[in-house]
Amino acid sequence: MVQHIAALQSGLGKARVMDLSGVTALDTAGAWLILSTARRNGARLIGASPVHEVLLQAVQAVLPPEARPPRTPRHIEMIERVNRLGRATAAGLAGLAQITGFFGQVVACLGLTMLRPWRLRLTSTVFQMQQVGLNAVPIVALMSFLIGIVIAYQGADQLRQFGAEVYVVDLISISVLRELGVLLTAIIVAGRSASAFTAAIGSMKMREEVDAMRTLGLDPIEVLVLPRVLALLLMLPVLGLIADLAGLLGGMLMAWFELGISPGMYRTRLLDVDVSHFVVGLVKAPFFAVIIGVIGCFQGMRVQGNAESLGQLTSRAVVQAIFMVILADATFSIFFAAAGL
Amino acid sequence: MDEAVIQVRGLVNRFGKAVIHDGLDIDLMRGEVLGVVGASGSGKSVLLRSIVGLQRPSAGTVTVLPGAGRARWGVMFQDGALFSALTVRENVEVPLKMQGNLTAALRRALADLKLAMVGLPAKAGGLYPSDLSGGMRKRAGLARALALDPEILLLDEPTAGLDPIAASEFDTLITTLQRAMGLSVFLVTHDLDTLHATCDRIAVLAQRRVLVTGTMAQMRDETDPWVHSYFHGPRAHAALVE
Repeated sequence: MVQHIAALQSGLGKARVMDLSGVTALDTAGAWLILSTARRNGARLIGASPVHEVLLQAVQAVLPPEARPPRTPRHIEMIERVNRLGRATAAGLAGLAQITGFFGQVVACLGLTMLRPWRLRLTSTVFQMQQVGLNAVPIVALMSFLIGIVIAYQGADQLRQFGAEVYVVDLISISVLRELGVLLTAIIVAGRSASAFTAAIGSMKMREEVDAMRTLGLDPIEVLVLPRVLALLLMLPVLGLIADLAGLLGGMLMAWFELGISPGMYRTRLLDVDVSHFVVGLVKAPFFAVIIGVIGCFQGMRVQGNAESLGQLTSRAVVQAIFMVILADATFSIFFAAAGL
Repeated sequence: MDEAVIQVRGLVNRFGKAVIHDGLDIDLMRGEVLGVVGASGSGKSVLLRSIVGLQRPSAGTVTVLPGAGRARWGVMFQDGALFSALTVRENVEVPLKMQGNLTAALRRALADLKLAMVGLPAKAGGLYPSDLSGGMRKRAGLARALALDPEILLLDEPTAGLDPIAASEFDTLITTLQRAMGLSVFLVTHDLDTLHATCDRIAVLAQRRVLVTGTMAQMRDETDPWVHSYFHGPRAHAALVE
């Protein structure tokens, strides 16, 4: 068809009069071709059938001006790059300011709700607790159980060379209780729940449900964000505890089968491990919960009218939440090291 | 005018226990504009979805232009149903792209032509659907439905939410295109002005089937209470004062 049009256009190039009496069928694309060619050549049209005349007039009435080939802007590559870098930096800083503002709003809302506890959306909070907490138990427990097995297995191999098999208990308990249990739980929850928060709030934003809420005098932070953040705040420590237990269980089984350390002996060694490791691990959970919840909800509130932004922001929420959780974990490590814990 | 381009026979649509259509027959003749009216919830949109194949009927047959493919009809949904990640121009280019053998420049020119034909300003082409007003989204949806110059145009409430001037421009556009290209138009609407200005025949959906079919004049003589109040209500009088 393109060839036909090109042939037609070159054939019609010199025409001064175009006779349409031989035209049997005409659609808008054909009418556009005839009219734009006629305009370019200043040609006259004759012989169009009455039916085609109607169509030609309809197209003629709205015929857009000749499209000029878009001029390619000439920029110096380096300037363009610096420009992009600057733009990205500015956007990043603005985003940081926004999320800080959002965090402030959530904290303010939490404070107000503490003063007026009857305003808390209890049903919603409990529902979210089930979604982010209870429903995550199987995956979190299984993951941690397997991690316990892996550490025991890998540790046993190394420690056996020194005849220090029994220290595998310390290895498992310290690594699971102090770091891995809570950290990996937070990462799984970030993947599960941050994305769910962004998608749920984002699609409500897209369909103007959030605006409708505002006009009804409902605060979206109070109705949508607070229940989710609170649910995470309450459930992540519980999930962390479950992960700790499952990890220790996995390690115990592996130590028993691989190294012949009986459950009784495992227990005795375990009780010798300082309880501070457990506390240090679990104390991080609420902080991770707030990070995940706030980032998930914040990205959801940023969704605009199109479907693409929902997908983009959902994946950004997950990546950002996981990154921030790990960053926070590193910060905690430094802090605890400095505090001598 | 005597060849049916859409033929629906004995259509039954059930959602659980709710029966929407029960033995519905309807024909769209070549070159006519058929207005479909009915109370809210009488199954007008479901009928349209059944015709275009989005809704599998529980029983009955739908025959559309024996041998016609998708390219020969254009569908315009209630809120335009534009692809939100594409600009308005790109939306209109989507069906053109499926033709596969058009150059980018030609596609763009044809898309711009269609946008101009439905009365959108030139700069609207580069905007995203979320930046448009409801009325402009409807026009863009129509431009996309018209992109391939279909033989059959199915429109779901095209003038709802448009201002009266835009609505009557739209009526004129339908009439022009229909006359020029021999379009057959299946028009679901509540707009009495549109019915009056554009439709050759009107079909009334009630009691799970097509209750009556006929011209505007015939509708006004109809004795069924619902039809009578529809075409004789205060709004109907206003629409018919000419």
